[in-house]
Amino acid sequence: MLTIPRLQLCGVTKRYPGVIANNNVNLKIMPGEIHALLGENGAGKSTLVKYIYGIQKADSGSLVWCGKNTKVTNPKMARKMGIGMVFQHFSLFDALRVKENIALGISSKLANFDLENKIINISKRYGLPLDPDRYVYTLSVGERQRIEVVRCLLQNPSMLIMDEPTSVLTPQEVELLFRTLRQLSTEGVSILYISHKLQEIKDLCHTATIMRMGEVVTTCKPDQETPQSMAEMMMGKNLIAPKRFEKTIKKHPALVINDLNVKSDQSYGTDLKDINFTVNRGEILGVAGIAGNGQKELMAALSGEILAESSISIKVENIPIGAFYPNQRRDIGMAFVPEERLGHAAVPMMSLWENAFLSSTSKMNFLNNGFIRVESVKAYTREIIKKFGVKTPNIQNIASSLSGGNLQKYIFGREILQNPRIIVAIQPTWGVDAGSAAAIRQSLIDLTAKGCAVLIISQDLEELMEISDRLSVIFEGQLSPAVKTESITAKQLGMLMGGVTVFSEMGAIENVC
Amino acid sequence: MFVRLEARPTASKAMVYQSPLIAIFLTLIISMVMFWLMDTDPFLAVNAFFIEPVSTIDGVAELLVKATPLILIALGLSLGFKANVWNIGAEGQLTLGAIFGGGLALSFFDVDTPLLLPAMLFLGILGGMFWAAIPAFLKIRYNTNEILTSLMLTYVGLLLLSYLIHGPLRDPDGFNFPESRLFHDSALLPIIIEGSRLHIGFLLALFIAVLTWMFTIKHIIGFQIRVIGLAPAAASFAGFKQKKLIWITLLFSGGTAGLAGALEVAGPIGQIVPVISPGYGFTAIIVAFLGRLHPLGVVLAGILMALTYLGGDAAQITMNLPNAVTGVFQGMLLFFLLASDVLIRYRFKIGLTKKEDSLG
Amino acid sequence: MIIDLIIPAFLTIITASTALVFVAIGEIVVEKSGVLNLGVEGMMVVGAIGGFAIAVITDDPTLAILAGALSGMTLALIFGLLTLYLYSNQVATGLALTLFGIGFSALLGHKFVGLTFSGLPKLNIPGLSNMPGIGQLIFGQDILVYLSILSAITVTWFLDRTRWGMIVRAVGENHDSAHSIGFSVTSIRLSCILFGGAMAGLGGAYLSLAYTPMWVENMTAGRGWIALALVVFASWRPWRAFFGAYLFGGITIIQLYAQGLGVDVPSQILSMLPYLATIIVLVVMSREDSRLRLNAPACLGKNFHTSG
Repeated sequence: MLTIPRLQLCGVTKRYPGVIANNNVNLKIMPGEIHALLGENGAGKSTLVKYIYGIQKADSGSLVWCGKNTKVTNPKMARKMGIGMVFQHFSLFDALRVKENIALGISSKLANFDLENKIINISKRYGLPLDPDRYVYTLSVGERQRIEVVRCLLQNPSMLIMDEPTSVLTPQEVELLFRTLRQLSTEGVSILYISHKLQEIKDLCHTATIMRMGEVVTTCKPDQETPQSMAEMMMGKNLIAPKRFEKTIKKHPALVINDLNVKSDQSYGTDLKDINFTVNRGEILGVAGIAGNGQKELMAALSGEILAESSISIKVENIPIGAFYPNQRRDIGMAFVPEERLGHAAVPMMSLWENAFLSSTSKMNFLNNGFIRVESVKAYTREIIKKFGVKTPNIQNIASSLSGGNLQKYIFGREILQNPRIIVAIQPTWGVDAGSAAAIRQSLIDLTAKGCAVLIISQDLEELMEISDRLSVIFEGQLSPAVKTESITAKQLGMLMGGVTVFSEMGAIENVC
Repeated sequence: MFVRLEARPTASKAMVYQSPLIAIFLTLIISMVMFWLMDTDPFLAVNAFFIEPVSTIDGVAELLVKATPLILIALGLSLGFKANVWNIGAEGQLTLGAIFGGGLALSFFDVDTPLLLPAMLFLGILGGMFWAAIPAFLKIRYNTNEILTSLMLTYVGLLLLSYLIHGPLRDPDGFNFPESRLFHDSALLPIIIEGSRLHIGFLLALFIAVLTWMFTIKHIIGFQIRVIGLAPAAASFAGFKQKKLIWITLLFSGGTAGLAGALEVAGPIGQIVPVISPGYGFTAIIVAFLGRLHPLGVVLAGILMALTYLGGDAAQITMNLPNAVTGVFQGMLLFFLLASDVLIRYRFKIGLTKKEDSLG
Repeated sequence: MIIDLIIPAFLTIITASTALVFVAIGEIVVEKSGVLNLGVEGMMVVGAIGGFAIAVITDDPTLAILAGALSGMTLALIFGLLTLYLYSNQVATGLALTLFGIGFSALLGHKFVGLTFSGLPKLNIPGLSNMPGIGQLIFGQDILVYLSILSAITVTWFLDRTRWGMIVRAVGENHDSAHSIGFSVTSIRLSCILFGGAMAGLGGAYLSLAYTPMWVENMTAGRGWIALALVVFASWRPWRAFFGAYLFGGITIIQLYAQGLGVDVPSQILSMLPYLATIIVLVVMSREDSRLRLNAPACLGKNFHTSG
């Protein structure tokens, strides 16, 4: 019996400017093993997989494939070696048929006249129903993923890499996929399964390698662990206890969301289902979650870029605003800070003062019969720069000339100086230097002292735990009921973020140890 | 050894102004080479083409006459282009403006009143707007590509003109020529320079250019147009409504094109004829690009392009070159402009080895 | 009496439509790969002068036809370089090419005005070609007419049945996906652009070699634009383009006969029909998402940038 590992990584290290993406990573996968790669965003999973599939080189380390030391130079070579990969974002052509899509993804030798039969055979054999003649645009997301899987299987892989495969599937489709993967496993195909979903990993995988901040935390057997213990390993035990002062939040709802359902306007988006929450005056509500679980859609629904189906599902101080456009929402005191600084929150090629005007076109009285009061806007800009310590030589400088941290301070300043009643921010300190990040957090806390309600959507648990009064978790488009920050642990948060606890039984969170 | 284009971290502002100059320079050089290959003295040709035509007052007047419609149309187009709305049908909108404005003149051919001329111009604007409203509506309601719809409508417009000029608008005393009556004095534009064809339309064009400039820089709509062209997601964040901007830009460019058409028939042509414009609607696209989509740049670019028209005429007379040389210049100018515009966003990198490590 | 009119009518329609067929079919391939080439009018007209010039100089029809195709291809090469490698705006570049092409061809053609050429040889199958009526219609055409039919058949087969045709369609549908699979979007598009240029050149050459064997400045008279409309009207399908070309080309003939038959619609209004029809087709197709997806290449007009 062969006991040579199918794949073995030794000491793989990869650095990018300013960050170590992979630090001395070791990995071993045996034939027929379903091996999970578990970790949050930024843990280093995608970097590692890109190395295995030949998309990127590593700075140091080695790869041993079926006992032989190998360098994977490009994906074509990886496929030839027998490594297949199903990406999170599919490479499909909507206007073409299933069989044409498959033919395009494989070598022309394989794509001969017998392709249709081969497709039917494989789809039957592995329980992946596919009709070769259907046009891709008629297929559901789950069916589209099957095309990608069949594409891989046609090349007889000995290892299949699946990158967050279930983020776009219904529970039934997940079951089908798992059946296929288990069958492949019994046939000796190794599977590298990248995910952050703890229960799935427990259900499916034989082994799990847990990564955090570029390093391997541990390798364990999921069936010998609990979701809690895996969550703990994924999140790390060293979360700083937040320095928080006691604050009594009076229950005075500023922003009330009731039964909000939103259809995502993006491909690969997540629909929001039955969102309910309240943010009180003077309170900071933190929404934690791994990217891709509906955060963008929540932001768009709150900012008015996507209008709500029912106007009463969003209320500000009892005024139903679900049907309000962004500027109408700003007029009643809302402010928004989107995730993407350049391109969404600010126009990269426009000057700072023009960008100051971008979110204040209606509220701040900068218009005189439609004409812009340039001097007033410029004065406002200077005030922002002074109060928020933005380092820039000139208000005429274009937004893209500012460093990330400075631009973010500026964007926050622009919103805060409009004296909002409610401010919604997503990833407020992502990519921002520590000093600017601290300043931004402090200004948000200061806002609450004036009675402003703050909603922060973020992946950064440390930050959320530091400044939020209450916390909630978003997972697959649903929100967990908010609880006081003091009464939840990182472990519990990790589980929620990994989808372990069923939301409808949320009363039970205190019981989950 | 290989040459690659690498994106610049920030767009080069210097290149924005240098690029048209580079383009003009390259066009001149290549044209001179072309003349030389055709056994024509290149310096004489350049002189005949660019210098001779504007060496007299009359020449300058003609220059501005030709520049007027180019400037007007390009002002409208550049606003649209800024917002990523591509109006290719200006030629048709110009035609409709001429029909509407000229039609009014013909309907009141025996009435003398100072109100006639303003009414004609106003109607011309409406005509152009009407013709541009069709692609606007189709784009907003049905998401139909405005490039193709506006282009098709150009042909419909030209055919409409042909039908009208052979039928209802034909001069009854005109020996059956497909031309309308000559416009009477009330329907003709006042001349600025005695003895030339330069009419107040040019001043009107300058005025509109200044208005457009102020509007783009100072008015919120101008701001919205710039944002939506530069960063559509930011426009959405700011709550700018895309539909409104599509209407505004298309109607504005239709209106200026219609005005240009009405000015042509009330000015240099003095009647309605089957061919009102030698392709101004298309050339104006080049003017818009050459002028960097900026109202004042458009004025300069319009005058330059008008020079190429004059030059073509002059070269035909003095050097026996076909008038088509104009098209060659104009086309080349745009090529070189597009090519050198690359340098605004990218720079050339000459490398020794191919980069192996790609960032995924 | 009507029958006497039909055969000559058809003969005229064939000559009026063949040029359109070439250009439209070439442009279908270009657009299927995701590129909008507004320069076809320019490529057509340089093909006309290129073919004619060589015909007059060498009196060799084959060389003339080749010259026509090559001329169109050369202009297409400029278009390809600007849009694919220098990322210039496709609309503006196409227009620049049309203006340039019309002017440049007039410049070159200056010396050839008034000259003539013996015309293209017609197919001559003894017995068949001389048959009055049908015989002449089907078997007595010149070689470019048959080439146009052949190109419609070939391109249909190429796009639907071959791997490379599928790749072209994929590139036009989703150039990012095509790139991640490993296809070179740029080279595929360049090949299609060159093909389209050659076809446009052939269309133009047909005008100056067969339609009226002589050269007149700007003799394409906007046919290139009609061909662009035709491509959309035909929902990017070569056979529909073929019949559409005959429909569009036939409108002029219909006008003449319509007046003879007492139909009292002004000729200009009839001439508007192809353009109006195209607008209607555009609207219908933009609305129905599924139809649009099936036919219009999703990446039409968008430039492709390799990131990194």
